[in-house]
Amino acid sequence: MNGTFSETAVVRVLVPVGMLGGGFPPDTIDVGIKMGAHLIAVDGGSTDSGPHFLGTATAKTARAAVARDLSVIVPAAFAAGIPVVVGSCATGGTDAGVDWVFEILCEIATSRDLLLNVARIYSEQSSEALVSCLSAGRIHPLAPSAPLAPETISKCSHIVGLMGHEPIAMALAQGADVVLAGRATDTALVAALPLMRGLPPGPVWHAGKIAECGGFCTDAPRSGGVLVSIDADGFTVEPLSPSAACTPSTVFAHMMYENADPNRLREPDGTLDTSAASYEALDPRRVRVTGSRFEPAPYTIKLEGAAPVGYQTVIITGIRNPETLRRLDEWCNGVLEYLEHRVPSTFGLRPHDYDLRILRYGHDAVLGNAEPTKDAVPQEVGIVFTATASSQALATELAKFANPVLLHAPLFGETEVPSYAFLGSPVEIERGQIHEFVLNHVLDVNDPSDLFRVTYSKVPG
Amino acid sequence: MTKRSLQEVAKRVRSKNAGPFWLTIDIFLPDEQTFERVGRSRVIDPQVIGDIYGVDPTHVMVFRLAALCAIKISFPRPVVQGSLYDRDMHGGQQYAPLLALLVD
Repeated sequence: MNGTFSETAVVRVLVPVGMLGGGFPPDTIDVGIKMGAHLIAVDGGSTDSGPHFLGTATAKTARAAVARDLSVIVPAAFAAGIPVVVGSCATGGTDAGVDWVFEILCEIATSRDLLLNVARIYSEQSSEALVSCLSAGRIHPLAPSAPLAPETISKCSHIVGLMGHEPIAMALAQGADVVLAGRATDTALVAALPLMRGLPPGPVWHAGKIAECGGFCTDAPRSGGVLVSIDADGFTVEPLSPSAACTPSTVFAHMMYENADPNRLREPDGTLDTSAASYEALDPRRVRVTGSRFEPAPYTIKLEGAAPVGYQTVIITGIRNPETLRRLDEWCNGVLEYLEHRVPSTFGLRPHDYDLRILRYGHDAVLGNAEPTKDAVPQEVGIVFTATASSQALATELAKFANPVLLHAPLFGETEVPSYAFLGSPVEIERGQIHEFVLNHVLDVNDPSDLFRVTYSKVPG
Repeated sequence: MTKRSLQEVAKRVRSKNAGPFWLTIDIFLPDEQTFERVGRSRVIDPQVIGDIYGVDPTHVMVFRLAALCAIKISFPRPVVQGSLYDRDMHGGQQYAPLLALLVD
């Protein structure tokens, strides 16, 4: 079927939910299969949950929730004879994340007596190889980032490349019943089958973007996913739940979601341009989209990397005393100044060896300097104090050192020693290692599948 | 015309990360007239946005989507998502300072 284009070329992709483990009504899968779905695509990850999951190669989602979703999707797809593609396995799309989902899949295959051909596509990149790509001039920054330094690559605990549709299409062509992909663009999961069947990239990538979050492009996002029917001229999107509807507004609005530019979306092999697209209601529940264009560009793979920045310990305390709340800046600055003065000599640390911070929930914790009403006196404030250092033990030592200060620090001129409202005992909460996203760069490649490794297995083995 | 705040005239205002390095704010207006009105106001002035969020106004992008009566404002995140100094992991509350801005 590869590359051929029959006269009845419509490819229908079912997207049950925006994130594997997010849950959906089980009957919506049967509905989509009865509507003629050729493939079920579901995204398992994103950067949106933060750098911790890539940095530690662990999943944000509960294992039981992933198992539940797969135990609905996979048996239904197997019975219908259509493949399943899972992308960005276990949130970060690391190699360990792919194997984590594989293990869950094996348990389901065993308990449900399914014999599956499974392709695992790994997308982690070695820092050594990337450092040589960097010196060969093959890695470029994306706005607003600066050119990469080799040290930035080396300090990452995990780096993934976002695969396009090609490695997934290759696995489907090999007869995989289930493709478990490491980090991939959300759209590539939907795009792989229609592109390999020869449909044009404009409608295909646009359908991928609209469907990637399941029901988000409908008027009832929690009711279930969508089915996109893609052909040579455009695509049609409709919800799987009979009580939900796609309207031109709900569909168009999804182009704005989590996207800096609502008209353009970069993929590895070019850019989707939807500025001339039109959204037309076929009936109250279905929308037809035409006029989507795709501009081919030299092939690049986007890189994501998370690097550890230290370990953190947190203290939460509440302030209700009106006078302290009235002089909150003074109180917080007093605490930090005292600690910055005492910590170096007590612990033998230099200022850049540790980080101490106070967030004031109920005042300006969420917006910081952008808070427009920070002159108002709050009724109550939750102080979140963070100590970050090179080890968990040191971070907790620093927090313990700050503990009596946060509990008893008086205001200037105050003669009584106050006590603020600590949350429980012990008050120190260890958060573990903290990571940061440090890569916002692309790598030039010649072969779209070069960076990705595929393993085929029969499950149960 | 009496000046009203963005909160009063908008149907919905939301913000979200657009990847770890960008923040994007979507403003949905109820009709064409309000869309035009907000489109002329200081709400979408890159200088105003830059001052509020501490970003370079030349990096602020504004998109008008007339068919949706919606305006999108995108700019580089002043602090990278989820990093040590980030206050809002998903960027989901960062639209709030715009709500009180007056629309002419």
